[in-house]
Amino acid sequence: MENTFAISVTVNGTPYQRSVDPRTLLSDFLRYDLGLTGTHVGCEHGVCGACTVLLDGEPVRSCLLFAPQVDGHEILTVEGLGTLDDLHPLQEAFRETHALQCGFCTPGILTTLLPYLEENPNPTEEEIREAISGNLCRCTGYQHIIDAVKLAAENMNP
Amino acid sequence: MLARPGLPDFEYMKAESPQDVFRLLEERGGEVKLLMGGTDLFVQMRDGNESAGILLDLKYLPGMKDISYTKKKGIKIGAAVTLNQLSAHPDVTNHFQILSQSADTVGNYQLRNRATLGGNLCNASPSADMAPAALVLEGEVSLSGPDGERVMALDQFWVGPGKTALKEYEFMTAVCFPNPPSGAVGRYLKLGRSKMGDLAIVGVAVLGYPDPEVPAGIRFRIGINSTAPTVYRVPQVEELLAKAPLSDDILRQASGEAMKVSAPIEDVRATVLYQKKMVNNLTFKGLKEVWSQLINS
Ligand SMILES: Cc1cc2nc3c(=O)[nH]c(=O)nc-3n(C[C@H](O)[C@H](O)[C@H](O)COP(=O)(O)OP(=O)(O)OC[C@H]3O[C@@H](n4cnc5c(N)ncnc54)[C@H](O)[C@@H]3O)c2cc1C
Repeated sequence: MENTFAISVTVNGTPYQRSVDPRTLLSDFLRYDLGLTGTHVGCEHGVCGACTVLLDGEPVRSCLLFAPQVDGHEILTVEGLGTLDDLHPLQEAFRETHALQCGFCTPGILTTLLPYLEENPNPTEEEIREAISGNLCRCTGYQHIIDAVKLAAENMNP
Repeated sequence: MLARPGLPDFEYMKAESPQDVFRLLEERGGEVKLLMGGTDLFVQMRDGNESAGILLDLKYLPGMKDISYTKKKGIKIGAAVTLNQLSAHPDVTNHFQILSQSADTVGNYQLRNRATLGGNLCNASPSADMAPAALVLEGEVSLSGPDGERVMALDQFWVGPGKTALKEYEFMTAVCFPNPPSGAVGRYLKLGRSKMGDLAIVGVAVLGYPDPEVPAGIRFRIGINSTAPTVYRVPQVEELLAKAPLSDDILRQASGEAMKVSAPIEDVRATVLYQKKMVNNLTFKGLKEVWSQLINS
């Protein structure tokens, strides 16, 4: 391929060097090039929040970024949170309170909440609703997600 | 390796100096798209409304992400400052609070980590949420071109939907706001289809400040979006409010005048009548809130 862009990026702590077509969306790069399919792709217009990942610690839409833009940066995807045997307290809380049904929106919600709960250890229900207002969930009606965030906040900051 | 189906081929470049930008614009003008957060541009490209041979990223140019404040001159905000950075910056929250209020209404938190002030203003959308506050704060934009920098009042900058006064080889480097008059209070009210995440059906920014020179004792500035080809102020309404002692009736009359000035078109979000009525309601609500805050302080 003639028009390629060389990128170095750290994803979930692992450094990667890849040559990409500049048109590759970050979401597609993560899913297809790195095989990290935990990042889901919903609306592809920046609305639904399913593709949220952390870029240098801040939540962003990976469908609104091209891969060359993350050259030299750090990404955290949902795979970087915990493992099946060792869930992150946030994931544990989601399981505990049944905060997911189909689970499509869950990775984006988890990555949105991770830095949020670090900065806001004791959010009120209103604040939680605002924190997840950029993430659409079509199954749960959000109530159990809110329960999960409350539980996670307690467990993360005992 | 998968490239987005349907997206035409393009190169991605980071501009390192303004000269890089001028040179590329001169050599490959029509092909170049200037890029900040990309939250407007990428969606347009995805939907086939925009195409680019080169995406030229301006965010890494020196000074583009700086915010500086002085008591004398006010604030200078680099065009590449993101809306979340802007919203939380102490100089903004202390002196230009209405900018924080406005920024917090844009899309969603994740988007605002990428979306920039410069992108919001350069996109020249009639519904841009930063524009009404930027107008009532009487902002000026710094534009950089091969012949140097020029400064332009924001009310000259937008010339139509998606159209700015930027010349062919120019780009925006920063936005400056003078300190608002002392005692000023500002409020941005946005009505969307949902509480969060949608574009404005109507947005109204009201800035009020004590002014003993006018019969009302208070002066207001009003900026409105989404209801005309560009975001606009309503000087005739501002004058009307200054002329007589304030009362609910005067505020109502003024809001009615603002509604008459508004010129919305029917779109996917609302009918003309609804938008007009909402200009009336939001203007009244904004004036009333600012007025109450001023007389209680
Ligand atoms: C899901 C979603 C929701 C949104 N909600 C809102 C909302 O509620 N309110 C709102 O106002 N907007 C909204 N937007 C639009 C957009 O996010 C904002 O307007 C944002 O501020 C644009 O900034 P950006 O840095 O991403 O601009 P970009 O997309 O990078 O640029 C926008 C345009 O300006 C030009 N440009 C950028 N920088 C310069 C420069 N320095 N000099 C010259 N030209 C330049 C670009 O070439 C492009 O044409 C939304 C977008 C999405 C995808």
